[in-house]
Amino acid sequence: MASGVKPRVKAPKKAAAGETVTIKTLISHKMESGQRKDGDGNVIPRSIIHRFTCDFNGQNVIDVNMEAAISTNPYFQFEAMIPEAGDMVFTWYDDDGDVYSTTKSVAIG
Amino acid sequence: MEFSRRDTLVLGLGAAVATVLPLRAFAAADEAIATFTGGAEAGAGGITLTAPEIAENGNTVPIEVSAPGAVSIIVLAGGNPTPGVATFNFGPLAGDQSASTRIRLAGTQDVIAIAKMADGSFVKAASTVKVTIGGCGG
Repeated sequence: MASGVKPRVKAPKKAAAGETVTIKTLISHKMESGQRKDGDGNVIPRSIIHRFTCDFNGQNVIDVNMEAAISTNPYFQFEAMIPEAGDMVFTWYDDDGDVYSTTKSVAIG
Repeated sequence: MEFSRRDTLVLGLGAAVATVLPLRAFAAADEAIATFTGGAEAGAGGITLTAPEIAENGNTVPIEVSAPGAVSIIVLAGGNPTPGVATFNFGPLAGDQSASTRIRLAGTQDVIAIAKMADGSFVKAASTVKVTIGGCGG
């Protein structure tokens, strides 16, 4: 599923050095679990995002391995520590090999 | 209605299968726990799993896990066809060891969270969620 996947991230634009900030992420994805059947009784094959990572200036914040039990449009909320100004890179890995990525810059102030 | 020998056999077989099926699902969850902990016993305390008592829609059940000092947290749903839900690995820049997400639950069941602490020990928390409409389709 390469079409219609849109990552959305809510992160503060500014933070004090060493401050802990709340990050919210959402990506539109159907997350087909591989359990459902179509009208003819055939199992719809699994198609999910299986991994999500968040890095700040190359250092890892969180790395999530997902299974089929994660809901449609996977949502994550977590805390990140901001030691200095920099870029926060969010990456999602799809079962079909696609990688979706978005970046947010955080300034100190 | 009188039961013939054959009917009785079939009935018995059906009952046996019905009792074994949920057991097998739990065995899969136990296996996933053993893989994560490496067979170590999980203690209690130091981990919080927040989940609703009643979820009307099993397709999106909001949960939150928090375990200060954890390296990683695994979330399992023993009553699902596949028990694995997610594994959270916290990096050096994690503000605290907590995360929220939304999960699918097939039916009323215990959601289990196990955290691996920095010292290599494991702690476990479980929460029963009543599900009105299951979230696995089919």
